[in-house]
Amino acid sequence: MRARLRLADGTGPVLVVLLILLVALAFAGPAYAEPAGYLALLKRAAPLVVLAVGQYFVIVSGGFDLSVGSLVTAEVVVAARLVDGDDANTGWVIALLLGCGVLVGLVNGLITTKLLVPSFIVTLGMLLVLDGAVFLWSGGAPRGALSPSFRVLGRGSADLPVLGQVPWSVIVLLVVVVAAVWFMRSGTGRLLLAVGDNENVVRLAGGRVDRLRLLAFVLSALLASVAAILLAGFAGVSAQVGEGLEFRAITAVVLGGALLGGGRGSVVAAAAGALSLEALFSLLNLLGVSGALESAVQGVIIIAAVAYAAHGAGLRQMLRRPVPDTA
Amino acid sequence: MAVTHGTPGVEDDPVVRLEGIEKSFFGVPVLRGVDLSLHAGEVHALVGENGAGKSTLLKVLAGVHRPDSGRIVVRDEEVTFASPRDAQAAGIAIIHQEFTLLEHRTVAENVFLGREPVRRGQVDRRALEADTRRLLDWLGEDGIEPGTEVARLSVARKQVVEIVKALSADARVLAMDEPTAALADNEVELLYGLVRRLRDRGIAILYVSHRMREVFDLSSRITVLKDGAFVTCAPTADLDTDQVVRHMVGRPLETLYPERTGVPGAVRIALRGAGNERVRNLTFDVRAGEIVGLAGLQGSGRSAIARAIWGVEPFTTGTVELDGVPTRVTGPRTAVRKGIGYVTEDRKGEGLALRQSVRDNALLVRRAACRGAVARQAADLTRLLGEVGVVARGPHQEVRYLSGGNQQKVVLGKWLAVRPRVLIVDEPTRGVDVGAKQALYRLLRGLADDGMAILMISSELPELIGMSDRILVMHEGALAGELPAGADEETVMALATGHGAAA
Repeated sequence: MRARLRLADGTGPVLVVLLILLVALAFAGPAYAEPAGYLALLKRAAPLVVLAVGQYFVIVSGGFDLSVGSLVTAEVVVAARLVDGDDANTGWVIALLLGCGVLVGLVNGLITTKLLVPSFIVTLGMLLVLDGAVFLWSGGAPRGALSPSFRVLGRGSADLPVLGQVPWSVIVLLVVVVAAVWFMRSGTGRLLLAVGDNENVVRLAGGRVDRLRLLAFVLSALLASVAAILLAGFAGVSAQVGEGLEFRAITAVVLGGALLGGGRGSVVAAAAGALSLEALFSLLNLLGVSGALESAVQGVIIIAAVAYAAHGAGLRQMLRRPVPDTA
Repeated sequence: MAVTHGTPGVEDDPVVRLEGIEKSFFGVPVLRGVDLSLHAGEVHALVGENGAGKSTLLKVLAGVHRPDSGRIVVRDEEVTFASPRDAQAAGIAIIHQEFTLLEHRTVAENVFLGREPVRRGQVDRRALEADTRRLLDWLGEDGIEPGTEVARLSVARKQVVEIVKALSADARVLAMDEPTAALADNEVELLYGLVRRLRDRGIAILYVSHRMREVFDLSSRITVLKDGAFVTCAPTADLDTDQVVRHMVGRPLETLYPERTGVPGAVRIALRGAGNERVRNLTFDVRAGEIVGLAGLQGSGRSAIARAIWGVEPFTTGTVELDGVPTRVTGPRTAVRKGIGYVTEDRKGEGLALRQSVRDNALLVRRAACRGAVARQAADLTRLLGEVGVVARGPHQEVRYLSGGNQQKVVLGKWLAVRPRVLIVDEPTRGVDVGAKQALYRLLRGLADDGMAILMISSELPELIGMSDRILVMHEGALAGELPAGADEETVMALATGHGAAA
């Protein structure tokens, strides 16, 4: 077996976009004259990257997960109330949040696979249910506070040999991306892509399609919980913390060239998509563009990326005509 | 080029003439000086291997591609088609394999889509349906109601609607791309009738097909392409199948079917009175080293047997023994794990994940059905792909860019990766060109020689007879008889239609 670095199809364009944005940042803001600026960018981007990787699993297997944004909000609000400023509570609350994430993913996945409700609807319903639950429970204003130890992951740094101070969230980001890349190269990961492409084929090959899709939803919700923990530490407690994150994650994945409907896409590209979005928002900020334009920009990006994907597919097809048969 | 022909019913001036058509994509020549002329009232067959340039030629004719050089002459007038619309205006219509009908609209609405008769600013439904009915009657297809929703029609009838739609736009030339590919056996006869009626009404028909029998049944002239070049054009009466195949592949296919070399071994799979809703009382064996053919008309239960053995719709009565052990197969997963492989007839819908790579498809079954260690064990992919003889740019090429033959080899490779003891192949060479067919035949025979038990389903009788060591014939869900190797087509058909003296 030859071992060589191989970028999955469609990774190229988003990396170019990211590179351009990073260079532009260097010109636009003095903060980006040194690595620390970029490290801060990475730290800011970490929750979105983690969410985008989770969303990626669901999208390549042929679904959508719209519930991650309100899941993040719900978990942050719940965490603040349960931790209540006490360091002693940090450990079990984090475990509980991850557990809740798995549970939400299981519910999303089971309803999608067993009751055959389209994931778009299931997770939209879940979004509303979680929103309502948070409102009911918190009365609109979250109570309680996070403990300092809880906030370390989101805002603290680890003192590493050689590298020096590296934010924990950047370490979490790297671990998540590396683990996801490894997973997508494994047999199960390849099957997940095949399910998004044509689930009949996988089922008839003896594969357990429902389990694979369920796994995607669980991973997405679990990673949303990780993102919630990072965001809670980084941004603090509010009832709006997760608002719109599901669409931001979907935009990131699509910007990374993943095909809506499944069957094509790479983890690295999805992560690069998330990073590009964050870099773009930082750039617009530096250029003095109103933050209110963020969602408009995001809207344009998602449409442009999908249009490019549709157009690009035709182009690629023309470039690669079938190899003729030889007997 | 001047074509000499003495076929009756063919007028002297062609409706459409293509002369010296050349077309390259990105510097790769796909058509190198192709000539083709179509006369009113003739069925002109266009044949060639995959990649010979048939589809590109069709697209040139349809105005999708503009030729790099060469002339298109419609009724003695040179034309250039800037878009498919121009070709339509010149009376040229292409009937593609995939239909372009709106499923949830009526027949009439589809036929006049975008050209609806209007009265006082509203679509005149009465005129719409009357005009559609007139066209249907003209074609002798009075079984179709203009008011029926297209989704409720059979594939064959949808095809009729597609043709009527073309005729409603005054098409004088119909190019049909593999029109029988989507049809059931009994529907093919209906299509034959339709094509002949179109011909009798003065339509020029370009008939593109892989199936030699159709070409010889229907056409009055045959044009052969090879590697984008024009090879020959001759009246069908002056050619036979062997000659056409030789023109297509450029060399004689001395023996399309490999010799039967194997000696049947132990019984691998045995059915004892097996049955379900679709088939009943099946009792037969398939032995190691043997290729058993399964013949029958569409709907006779051929494929139902395969799907039952494989656990998609399991048998409800009787028993199945694998290597002498009674076995219950409850789904594809158990079937795969018990050593049964199944190459389905629907390659694109059930056989391949088209956007995934050759590698991922070849390893699909192994990853899907094997547990732990076996799944992780690195399969020798290179050897596997070499064994089935896939021609691709590399293991990372997406399978949708491969030709039909290579795709089918990947499907076989996918099963070989788990070394099944029993392999069921349903229409293994559908949509595969002659050269690749031969390779697939050799491959299947080689697998049998290595001790695999192969059950082969096919509606192409020559292939079934050429390959099988024994032939089982199905009729209306039951076995109608068993025939030895080399039985003739008439005997098989007699059994399949229920007229045979059971062997």
